[in-house]
Amino acid sequence: MLRSIRKVWETDPRQDPNPLVYTILTLGAILYPIWAQVSTGGQGDFLISVLADAGVYILLAIGLNVVIGFAGLLDLGYAAFFAIGAYTYAFLASEHLIVTPLQTAIHLPFWVVLLVGMFVAAGFGLLLGAPTLRLRGDYLAIVTLGFGEIVPRVFKNVSVWTSGVNGISALDKPVLPVWLNGPWSGDRLQLVQNFKIISPMAFYVVMVILLGICVVLVNNLRRSRVGRAWMAVREDEVAAAAMGVNTVRMKLLAFAIGAAFSGFAGAFYGAKLSLVSPENFGFSVSITILVMIVLGGMGNIPGVIIGSLLIYSVIFLFLPALPPLAEEWATNLGLGSLVPPSGEWPGIGQEIQNLKFLFFGLILVLTMLLRPQGLIPSRVRKQELTQGVHEDQTIEDVNAETTA
Amino acid sequence: MTVATTAPRAAPAGQDLILKIDHVTKRFGGLVAVDDVSFDVKRGEVFALIGPNGAGKTTLFNSITGMFPPSDGRIIFEGTEITGAKPHQAAEFGIARTFQNIRLFEYMSALDNVRLGQHCRSRSRLWDSLFKTPFERHEERAITDRAMELLTFVGIEKRSEDYARNLAYGQQRRLEIARALATRPRLLLLDEPAAGFTPQEKVELMRLVDRILAEGITVFLIEHDMKVVMGISRNIAVLDHGELIALGPPEVIRNDQRVIEAYLGKGA
Repeated sequence: MLRSIRKVWETDPRQDPNPLVYTILTLGAILYPIWAQVSTGGQGDFLISVLADAGVYILLAIGLNVVIGFAGLLDLGYAAFFAIGAYTYAFLASEHLIVTPLQTAIHLPFWVVLLVGMFVAAGFGLLLGAPTLRLRGDYLAIVTLGFGEIVPRVFKNVSVWTSGVNGISALDKPVLPVWLNGPWSGDRLQLVQNFKIISPMAFYVVMVILLGICVVLVNNLRRSRVGRAWMAVREDEVAAAAMGVNTVRMKLLAFAIGAAFSGFAGAFYGAKLSLVSPENFGFSVSITILVMIVLGGMGNIPGVIIGSLLIYSVIFLFLPALPPLAEEWATNLGLGSLVPPSGEWPGIGQEIQNLKFLFFGLILVLTMLLRPQGLIPSRVRKQELTQGVHEDQTIEDVNAETTA
Repeated sequence: MTVATTAPRAAPAGQDLILKIDHVTKRFGGLVAVDDVSFDVKRGEVFALIGPNGAGKTTLFNSITGMFPPSDGRIIFEGTEITGAKPHQAAEFGIARTFQNIRLFEYMSALDNVRLGQHCRSRSRLWDSLFKTPFERHEERAITDRAMELLTFVGIEKRSEDYARNLAYGQQRRLEIARALATRPRLLLLDEPAAGFTPQEKVELMRLVDRILAEGITVFLIEHDMKVVMGISRNIAVLDHGELIALGPPEVIRNDQRVIEAYLGKGA
């Protein structure tokens, strides 16, 4: 299967490999809830909910891919915009503002706050980007790293507004103006108004639709004047500028669009969890998303989606399942004595629990060794890896030229 | 063929000068790379800038295209002062360039390189790109058509889908010229376009320059190969250690004592 997919885009460089992958992804998205319900005998809500959560991470990864994969800007503080989006939802769609100096609650509709969260995050992206995008490579990474540390800390410490470490809870349940009920929700086929999204299935469907829209839009961008300019900036900023591309503006645009995705995902995440807390937006979130796109295949949207799904399931399904699994194996292998703690030994379950990020690290190292270009690489990355990395031509080159 | 027609903004009629370098100085710390240089480039001519290595030729190019604004002096393009303009603004004004060490977008196709060159002459906004509006589709088709025409103009249309880095050396130089022409310049700066060329390729390059000239584009080039320079330029400026030591038509330059000294050393 994989081989046939690869063949499609290796034989003809002009052919876009993605239709086939997208078809598989779409089919998967449709079949997954059916599989979840059937395989668990109707108890699949948890599995569906997990995938809806994974969708949030896919959104984040697609957005970060615009920043890193398309425009080549290393953003290590991406979770900051995620936090900004989530807190925007918390402020604008809950009772919370009553307990702040404002003393009036605001309850804006779900859709409106999704868009507001998106624009607020994009605004912060512009604010951070305007002074910093003149920096190159490593410097930009450090600045964004700092920003990513600052934002959750601000939310934690401005407790008058954010109730600090406790976070904000009891956020409004999202309500859609219209929704189509049918056999899938156990109802007659009918349009309902003011539909409350509560069931995991409804969240899942909304997530899949949003993802579909985002994938189409980002693909449009990639194959447009804007996408071309991003690629050029990534390849050679000096040459791009000489060809009439306003490089600072294009980088700012990529940064803001990435931030917008993050804010959008944050607002959705807040609405789904009905809770935001500063703990959810740390550095590890930024890094997880970065790992998702690198592992999936930077620059390639289906690759990024598959990478996100994989990393998400490793972190949130596989690793938590390890300790009980280890205990079970130990018992079955006649090593039952390892299970309970004794003396220094914490018990095998606890031991594995302590070591779980070691396993995570091992999985990452192995994947990168076996497939350095990512699971489904963009053609560019693949070329770079097989033909040698192209030199990072920067301002030094211009300096060099002047002495020639 | 009307491939490389000039930029939308028409030049004032009857204007003879296209570029005026007015007492330009460029210092890097204590080093004076370009020292009080002045000369004019006339519309429709081939103007060459020559000089030994390290004379400051590329620095002057970089000053004209906004990469390193001059420390002193003015650069006037078609009567408008453009001193200190940003590189992308210089391109918008109608000045395009190629680079001494080829700087293509290596991992973009040849076609995409030339399409990118049309960036500052296309008008699709973010909105158009996101939603593939009819305007955007129409513009993209026009951009692709023109890019193909330009690739044909420089004779590498067969390689349109290949990555720029996979093109042969001479083809890469041609692609850089096509990309520069895509910005619809009225002044084209070529930085050592014949470097590394075989005699046959040099002849082809000179023909290409003639055809670019026929499109109404003024060509301003840096070149070391004297056959090329003397063969196609109408006027030549000679730089040595940042100073302008001679200026004039080829036959004058050829016999100029200071030029001979600069190239061959004193007592030659």
